[in-house]
Amino acid sequence: MSAVHVSTNINGDDVEFVCRPDESLLDVLRDRLGMTGSKEGCGTGDCGACSVELDGRLVCSCLVMGAEVGGHKIETIEGMAQGDKLHPLQQKFLEHAALQCGICTPGFLVAARNLLERNNDPTETEVRYWLAGNLCRCTGYDKIVRAVLDTAKDMRKAAAKSSAKKASAKKPAAKKKAAPKKTAKKGARHAA
Amino acid sequence: MRYEAPDTIKAAVGLLSKAKGTSRILAGGTDLLVQMRSGMIEPDLVVDIKSIPGMREIVAEKGGFRIGAAVSGAELEEHGKVGKMWPGVVEATNLIGSTQIQGRATMVGNLCNASPAADSVPAMIAAGATARVVGPKRTRDVPVEDIAKAPGKTSLAKGEFVASIFLPKAPARTGSAYLRFIPRTEMDIAVVGAGIAMTLNAKGVITAAKVSLGAVAARALVVEECAKAIIGSTLDDAALDRLAAAASAAAKPISDKRGTVDFRIKVAGVLARRAAVIAYDRARG
Repeated sequence: MSAVHVSTNINGDDVEFVCRPDESLLDVLRDRLGMTGSKEGCGTGDCGACSVELDGRLVCSCLVMGAEVGGHKIETIEGMAQGDKLHPLQQKFLEHAALQCGICTPGFLVAARNLLERNNDPTETEVRYWLAGNLCRCTGYDKIVRAVLDTAKDMRKAAAKSSAKKASAKKPAAKKKAAPKKTAKKGARHAA
Repeated sequence: MRYEAPDTIKAAVGLLSKAKGTSRILAGGTDLLVQMRSGMIEPDLVVDIKSIPGMREIVAEKGGFRIGAAVSGAELEEHGKVGKMWPGVVEATNLIGSTQIQGRATMVGNLCNASPAADSVPAMIAAGATARVVGPKRTRDVPVEDIAKAPGKTSLAKGEFVASIFLPKAPARTGSAYLRFIPRTEMDIAVVGAGIAMTLNAKGVITAAKVSLGAVAARALVVEECAKAIIGSTLDDAALDRLAAAASAAAKPISDKRGTVDFRIKVAGVLARRAAVIAYDRARG
């Protein structure tokens, strides 16, 4: 079995690794790169505990081959907090007690962030459908859904505040929409 | 196992033609990696086709759309125009798995995995879709219904793979729909699936129709009797009764943990009827 050499980008850092061709991205993250935040629940794409973003797309890292990520961008749970500062979703998960054993939590956070980047005003139904591929056996989901909806609410407030600030800085009469955009621009997180 | 990511169809076909042992195509990988992990298959060669130009693209062609073999369900949904022309196909594809699965899974993978319960397949068949098969000898366009032969078996020869799906231009006043029965609302495999497409004249009379049933035989069925049952009608109750009876008569399912023979036969008729009503409403606009 010939090893594959892969150059990729994880959480904004260029990363190189060598893996066997049959290793999953999850195997590579956990066993070769020591990034154990992504969890293995089922290994068959059913539970979502290994969720990561691949080029901005939410995927199960257990269903991606390590060999195929060369030249692509990966975002994992390890890139979510900025130093000691938790991502708003992480903070809300704590406030709402949206976790118990914690195995599913990294996957839920990555999946919920991906949703809120696309839509910062989801309905409860939209949140539940979006997260249907993330299984939690402890919480019964209600607290998780509430934490996500509460984060979205804060994000909309912050967006309204900053666009109002921008508008008033330009011209008092400037007609800038205060309403948040339905589709958040991908990559805005990095610019911030 | 060897992993290769060629950047031309010719190179991919060359690798597959020369390979000894088991070879598999990697596009979305949502079936392949599960099968590898469970030990169901141990491929000697995996050919990742995503570096080949066109595989991840949807392009307009002859008034319809050509969809590359590596286009994911999420990309198909976000395209918008395909779903406007063939809502049945896009809604069927989007039923497969979770958000995470939609980020990777492809229609062509769903087709070539050759599960009788594949959601996108009856919908593609009803839409008159063709698969472009590339191979060492020639390139051929094959009706989607002729790809799967039996569970896990396709009609593809050694060295061949499906490079794209072509959805033809939908005539004016065409509607399509796909419905499946599962015991819950998400994340499950069809017990029965029904795909339908129909075209109406200006008076609302059905002039053409195609009906396909999934999970009621070893592969998705094309049921001509269903089409005949509604062509010439305005989908009145009598036509719907004939349609349901024809669908139930065509169903040749097995009993398994998901459903019994009797249940599947009955549900085939129910779903064909309900999908027809949706498609008819869409066709009327």
